[in-house]
Formats: sequence, structure tokens, C-alpha cells
Amino acid sequence: MPHPFAGRNIGSMPGGIPPLSRRTMIKGLLGAAGLAAAAPAIAACGGGSGSASSATDTKLVTFGSNGSDPVPKKAYAATLSAFTKSSGDQVKVNTVDHDTFQNTISTYLQGTPDDVFTWFAGYRMQFFAAKGLAHPIDDVWAKIGGNFSDATKALAKGTDGHYYFVPIYNYPWGVFYRKSLFAAKGYQVPTTWDDFMTLAAKMKSDGLVPFSFGYGQGDSWVPLGTFDYLNMRINGYQFHMDLMHGKESWTDQKVNDVLGHYSQLLPFTQEGAAGRKWEDAAQALIAKQTGMFTLGLFVAQQFTSAADLADLDFFAFPEINPDNGQTAVEAPTDGFMVSSKPKNLAGAVKLMEFLGSAAAENSYLAIDSANVAVNSQADTSKYNTLQTKAKQFISQAKNLSQFGDRDSDPGFISNVVEPALAKWLDNPSSTKSTLSTIESQKSQYFTS
Amino acid sequence: MTSTVDQQETQQRTRRDRSRRVRRLSRRDKIVLALMVGIPTLAHLVLVWVPTIASVVLSFTDWNGIGLDSIKFVGLKNYEQLFTNYPAFWPALEHNFLWLAFFLVIPTPFGIFLAYQLNKQIRGSRFYQTAIFLPMVISLAVVGFIWEIIYNPDTGLINGVLGTNVPGHYIDWLGNPKLNLWAVLVAASWRHAAYIMVLYLAGLKGMDPALPEAAAIDGASEWQAFTRVTFPSMKPINIIVAVVTVIESLRAFDLVYVMGGNNGTKPGLELLSLLITNNILGESPRIGFGSAIAVVLLVISLIVIIPYLVQTFRKERVR
Amino acid sequence: MTASNVAVARTAWVDSEPATSTRRRKVRPARVVLHVFLAVTAIVWLIPLLWAVYTSLRSYADTSAHGYLSLAHGLTFQNFANAWSQSDLPTYFWNSILITVPAVLLTLVFSSFVAYFVSRFDFRVNLSLLMLFTAGNLLPPQVIITPLYRLYLLIPLPASMSDSELLYNSYWGVIAIHVAFQTGFCTFVFSNYMRTIPKEIGEAALVDGASVWRQFWQIILPLCRPAFAALATLESIWIYNDFFWALVLFATGSKRPITSALANLQGQFFTNQNLIAAGALITAVPTLVLYLLLQRQFISGLTLGANKG
Repeated sequence: MPHPFAGRNIGSMPGGIPPLSRRTMIKGLLGAAGLAAAAPAIAACGGGSGSASSATDTKLVTFGSNGSDPVPKKAYAATLSAFTKSSGDQVKVNTVDHDTFQNTISTYLQGTPDDVFTWFAGYRMQFFAAKGLAHPIDDVWAKIGGNFSDATKALAKGTDGHYYFVPIYNYPWGVFYRKSLFAAKGYQVPTTWDDFMTLAAKMKSDGLVPFSFGYGQGDSWVPLGTFDYLNMRINGYQFHMDLMHGKESWTDQKVNDVLGHYSQLLPFTQEGAAGRKWEDAAQALIAKQTGMFTLGLFVAQQFTSAADLADLDFFAFPEINPDNGQTAVEAPTDGFMVSSKPKNLAGAVKLMEFLGSAAAENSYLAIDSANVAVNSQADTSKYNTLQTKAKQFISQAKNLSQFGDRDSDPGFISNVVEPALAKWLDNPSSTKSTLSTIESQKSQYFTS
Repeated sequence: MTSTVDQQETQQRTRRDRSRRVRRLSRRDKIVLALMVGIPTLAHLVLVWVPTIASVVLSFTDWNGIGLDSIKFVGLKNYEQLFTNYPAFWPALEHNFLWLAFFLVIPTPFGIFLAYQLNKQIRGSRFYQTAIFLPMVISLAVVGFIWEIIYNPDTGLINGVLGTNVPGHYIDWLGNPKLNLWAVLVAASWRHAAYIMVLYLAGLKGMDPALPEAAAIDGASEWQAFTRVTFPSMKPINIIVAVVTVIESLRAFDLVYVMGGNNGTKPGLELLSLLITNNILGESPRIGFGSAIAVVLLVISLIVIIPYLVQTFRKERVR
Repeated sequence: MTASNVAVARTAWVDSEPATSTRRRKVRPARVVLHVFLAVTAIVWLIPLLWAVYTSLRSYADTSAHGYLSLAHGLTFQNFANAWSQSDLPTYFWNSILITVPAVLLTLVFSSFVAYFVSRFDFRVNLSLLMLFTAGNLLPPQVIITPLYRLYLLIPLPASMSDSELLYNSYWGVIAIHVAFQTGFCTFVFSNYMRTIPKEIGEAALVDGASVWRQFWQIILPLCRPAFAALATLESIWIYNDFFWALVLFATGSKRPITSALANLQGQFFTNQNLIAAGALITAVPTLVLYLLLQRQFISGLTLGANKG
């Protein structure tokens, strides 16, 4: 980031803050000079950094990033500087807070979006592609296609069959635990639901809280992870996807069973979860106050001490229905899209090609070790044990889901399913009414 | 709002001259006046009233917010859905009114009470004033951050002091749907009482101190002096205080946005302003539906605004 | 009210303390109760802030080892330094200034124009004009935002004014809506204030052949200084603290003002409450300083605007 005052004409500002003497204030206030003077300062600042004219420079590609946390921010910076080094093109990054970026994506894409922006694979990508808010990039895929598996290619396509997305990494969801705690107490990794319940009960009798849990403030998506896994284990991957796409009924007995199993978990979860952020819930796992945590690999970002991180491990969500086994894995994929009318299309295509290369993947993962590569050419020799396991875990999966809010209409999930689930968690006996409420609102989102 | 005897006389006197004077305005004066009023009025109309009317129109449409050609008129469908099939709506309405009732009963009177006490000539008044006023300069978003640190279930001040951050004893201030609105209201009142105190103190400072003193000499108790003399003579400030309270309650947004999370609706913390934002922003916006909620909020606001305006401007209309 | 009343009101405020000390009263139980009550209230009111200050002055290592509710093992300003540098607070402060200063100035200019018109002349439209502005200010911003966003997308700006080349995602757009929205409240207060200035003052000037502009500029405005100070304080606090407009009308993260940028701070440091507390406290400094500087004018300015029943 440049120095905030760099390139700005401080001399032309009317005193910076309102002048304090009332006499000068009123004079300055009405002097047309005062107002006119403010104008160039605002204009000069319009670019955020650098001069406004550089935005139309064909050598410059703009990049909208939701990587506002320190680790991804640094990792994107390294990746993009590798691009600049290899191509000579400059990239201007616009970083927006992760939640805000998602909440305002629709206005952002219709307004003045950056040439390339970070986004998520799945229905969530196809939704914007179908609305014409993204530029197809079949020419990019003609060059990078060899780097990716067929399953990954499918994730990058819109419903119209064109490519819209270049993935960079994914990460699995699983049940995380500390190896040293399991070793000390003699716990075994459970593979079936009964073992899982037995282990949880054992932990509770040992004075531990079996499950870390927190979905406070903006984290209402956290309970979806468990829901997705329960649904895929009980009813299978296909039913889960159909439910997410609005094709199955939420009042089906099958969904009722999912919440039934969910409610068996609740006596073992951390209290106060509705007001706790997942980051705080992770602290309890680090402190060995809790035994397990169903979350994504990003939980590793909270393990800031190397010794703690080396002690972190995870296992697959246990089997419930033998027909479905443990074959489906929730592995959200993040990547990039090109906005519908990029100012610098040639540059954007060049950048997308680079982002689909092993070099980009390697420079990103060198800094962010809480994700794994989707590029089959990427260097895996520097992976830590957790990444190696995650890589293997994903590659052995028969089906990959993205995540509740990525496999479905995001508005349906955030305005209907998440509030309903949060209410249900507060009162788990309300299963029937919860599900019928969701079902009755479904048609508002899945009409066409 | 000016109606002292002196001024009424002045007004009557000047009214006779005015007809002559207005005619005497030169062409240049008229242009200057037209510009002085025209530019702000145009800006206000275009940026505030035109969008408001457009929102009302949009509330009868179905629109995903993408491309103007996808707008479809659907009549009253949005309202029907809102009233019959949107579980968050009725709680939100209830919470908005609860917020209003709470503000009217606790922090507003308390702010007035504080102002009244601080207006007595006492030592250290400035210190008390500044201490209590501080929350008002802080933005509601920052108020949210500060109270989050206090309400945090694991590391927060309250649970730490009460010892309620251990398994079996948790108090989930911001998560429990039966508690969280009250927790947020405490934080909001912290700031609102400060706000009202400052407004009222400003009013009291301008009041003629002879009035309540005279009442005291007549043997009225302090309570009587306040209710019969001070309070009625503060009518203009009372109106401002009432309106500020009502509007702050109906507009409540920032604090819950920060403390309750911006992602979806938190049980117990549904508010109309948040439901509107959730529906008109977000990844798959439903502009028409969100606008229908906005219209409900608009109607409630107007029910409050109109009597206020009528009350405020009644004198002038009589004139 | 006249200028001399202004002075009286102001002295009453300034002199309130010396007056008590010279006129010593004997200690009455009621006074003691009052002092205890006010002291307790002041302390209760300060607790949240003091807790934030205390948290912000402790190192993360200290609080994670001993918990937040413990005696500090050494205090440090490191969190303030980190919040300041790591999250680009200077950039966001600068953005807030770029929005707040022009918006407050323009709001005051516009509203004093309109207030002058409605309070000093007797045109038929005056009352409806005043009602229009006042009611407009009381509307919820959420009612306005969607069409406003669309409107902003349609209005082009030259590239020299904003790199977005639209009113959307530009400082101009955010300033414009602040001005349009806030003009209502200020017009209301100004018009009340100006109406307390006797008509003869302005009319004498008109009879002398002075133009309307000179009457406004040389006679009316100087008399309104306290109202300017009061409104400048209030509006600076409101506009600086705005959260909503900037959230929707900016697409570029680095253009956002400091209150919206705080969300970013929270995202970056999640569990480090020490740092979040430091960042939150830093953002409150400008409005606090402004208030303390304009405190006296603030009270007297509002007083006169409202209290002539």
C-alpha cells in the first residue's frame, strides 16, 4: 500500500479539518474558494492510489480481492507480483473486507467492477455467469486446460457450457482434533456414527466439551457444514445437491432425519455458540478445552504456534448410511472470474492464464498453507502434513460438494435457511415447523 | 415556532410592509434568491424524494436487481408474501416497536433527568457532563465493537465478572434470542441517553432561570416545578427529543449490523432496516420484496413524521 | 433573541462553575445524594470505554495467557501502533476527511440558503418547502438506497473527477447524498434560529439599497455563528460516523471511510480484541476533539435554535 498522502495535493485542501475559529469558519465556508479548493483534492484522490488516468492504461489490470485477512492478502500480493515479473503488466489490487465483498457483489458487478475478481465455484459462480455479469474465458481454458482434472473443469463451467472460472485452491471440511489429546486420552478416530457418539459421550465424561461450536455475528454459515455432511451421509450426494438446487422438498422425511441426527450432536456442543465467532471456538480447540471441531481446513490459520499446528489433524465425517459411506467430501473451491466488460480484456485474459498456471499456484500456497492446490502440475513437495492429508482426502473422494451457500441460491441460504437453522438450534424440538417454513419460502427463490 | 408577544407584533407590523418590499426585490435579487433555494431543493428532490418514490413503485415489482429489463410488475404479491410467508417480518416489526418503547421509557427520560440534574449549579458538572456525553461522539459501529468486547461469551467483561463463561453456566448475551435484543438495547441506550442529555441540556441552558426559581419560591416541590414549569416551557426541545427518539428507533441499523452479524438474520435481532438491507443487497437480491419492507418502514416513519410536522408548523399556518 | 442574549446564554454556561464556588452553600444532604448519583452514573458510563482502553493497552500474549479479566502484566501502546500501520488507518482517516469536510461545509451552505429564504421572506411555498426538507431528513436511508444506486450508475463524471467515471464509487456521490440528506435537519434548525433575528435588521439594509445577497452575507450570517458551530459539530459527528451510504456506494475498498473500514479490521484480527479495541478507540478521536473544541458554541447554538417557545 502506498503512503496515504502519496500523490495527493495536500496544499489544496482547505485546512484538512474544519477550521476552528468561528469567524474563519464562516468565511472559509462561504468563500467559493474554499469549496473550489476541495474539488481538486477529491479528484486527485479518486484513484485511491495513483492517478486516475492509469486506470485506462492498457498495461494495467485491476484485480478485486476478497482476501482481506492477512494471510490471503499477502499470498495474493506474492502471486500478482510474480505475474508482473513474468509479463511486465502491472496489477492494481482492490481489497474489500471478505463479508462486505460477498454482500455487495451484485452492486459491485453491475457498477464499476475490476477486470478480474475473486469468487467461488459452484452454483454461486453459475448464478452470476447466467446473469451476464461475467465474461466467458474459453480461450483461457484452451491454454490451461491440461493442468486440471475433469472434475475441476466441470466446476469452472457455467450452465451454458462455457468456461467462466479459473480455480486456484480448495480446502476440505472435516472433523478437526488434536493428536496429542487423542493420544493422551486413548481416543480412537471414529468411522461410524455410533463410534462418533460414543467418543463424544466419553469426552464429556472426561470433562471435555466434545465439540467446538460457534456461529455468532456473521458466522451463521458454520452450522451448514455439519448439515451438509449429515445430509450427504444419510441421503447421499445426489439428494443433497437436488435439495440445494430446490428440486427436492425440505419437508421430506429424509431432511427430517438429518435434523434428527443433528439434534443428537447438540448436547455435546459448546454452549454460547450463537454468540461466538468460529475463531473463538477454534481457540477452545487450541486450548484443549474441546475435543473436536467440524470446520474447514482454514481452522489451521488460527493455530499460530508451529507446535500446535503440527498437532492438528482431521478425520472424515463418519459414515451413517453404509450405502453412502464416507465418499462425499465438502471441498469448496476458490478462484477467479473476469467481469462482463473489463477495461483491459487482453490483460485480464493474460492474468487469468497466469492464475491457471502451476507457477501462480506455487507462489500462492507458499504463503497460505491452509489450502491445497487444484492444479495437477503444482508443486506438492513443500506441503505440510495437514496439506498432504487434505490433498489425498480430496483426491480419494467420489463426489465433491462446494458448501451449502455455494451449491444453492445464496439469497435463499442467507435469508431463509441460515435464519431457520439458527432458530432451530435454539429450539431443536421445532423440526417440523422449521422445515415447512423453509419449504414454503423456497419458491420465492427457485421459480425459473 | 416563534410566538412571543413581541414577535407577533413585529410580524404584524412587517406584514404591512412586506407586500411592498417583495415587489421591491430587483431582478438580480430574484435570481440570487431563486438560485439559493433552487439548487439545494433540486438536489434534495432528486437524491432523496425521487428515490423514495421509486422505491414505492419498485415494491410492486419482482426484480433480481440485475439489468433494468428484468423488472416485472406483480401487483401486491410482495406485500402478500411479506405479511403471510416471511417469518422474520413480524418479529422485526415487533422489535422495532419494542426498541421504540424501550427508548421512550428508559434512556430518553433518563437523559432528560441527567440534563436536569447537571443544569443545577454544582461542582464538577463539567466532568460529569463530559463523561456521560462521550458515547455520543462514537459511531454506532464503534459502539458495537466496544460492546462486543463486553458481551463476548468467553472473554467478555460481564461473563468474566459473573463467572458465567464456564460450561454449564454460559450466558450467551448476543446469541440467545431471548436476551440479545436487550443486550443490544443496553448498548444503544448507553449512547442514546448521552444524546438526549446533550440536547436537553442545551435547551435548559437557554431557559430563563427565573421561571423555576419563581415556582420554588411559591412553595412548589422540585418535581412540581419541573413538571409544571420547566417541562412545558421546553416544548420545542421536547418535540425534537421525541422525534430523535422515534427516528433513532426506527432507523436502528449499524449497531445490530455490527453486533448481530451482517450475514442473514439473527433470531431475536430481526429489524426492518436489516431485512431491507438483506433483501436489496446480498448476492441474489430481491429488490421488489426488499422495497416492500422499505415501504412498510416508510409508512411507519410517516405516521410519526406527519403529526410532528403538523405540530411544529401549525402556528405558521394559522398566521 | 438578539446577539446580546446569545452572549448571556454563553456566559451562563461558562460561568456555571465559578458561580458555585463563590456562592458557597452549606452542605445539604440532597446535594450529597446528587453528587453520589452523578458520580456513579459517570463511572458506569465510563466503564465500557475504560474497559476498551484497558484491553487496548495490554499485549495479546498477556491477555491470552491470563485472560482479559486479570491484572495487566505491563501496559503497551503497541496495539495502537499496529492498528494504525497494519490496517492502513491513515488512508481511511484521510478518506473520512475527504468526505466529511466538504459534506459538512456544503450542507451548512445549502441549508443556510434555504433557511434564509423560508425564514426571512414570506412566499407561499415557504411552509411546504420547509416541510419537504424536514420530512426528507427523517426518511430511513434504506428506503432510498436502491434507486439511488441505480441513479448513480447512470450519472457520468469526467475521469479527472473520479476514476470510476460515474457518480457511483466516487467521493462526489457519497458527499452529494450526505448533503442532500442532512440539509433537511440543518434547514430546520437554521430557520428557527434566523426567525429569532428581528425582521427590522434585514429590512433596514434592504431599504438602504443593499442586495439580498449582501443582507444575507453581511447581516444575517454573522448573527448565526453559534448555530453554525452547533450544526458543524453535530453534522461532523453524523457524517464522519456514517456507515451505510459508504457501504453501498463504494466498490473500492481503499476509498471507504474509517467506520466502514473497521469491518476490515475485525476481519483481519478476529480474536485479537486488544487490537480491535485500539482501532475502535483511534477512530473516535477526531469527533471527540472536535466536540471538546466546539463544546461551548455547540450548547449555545442549539439552545437558541430551539428554545423560543
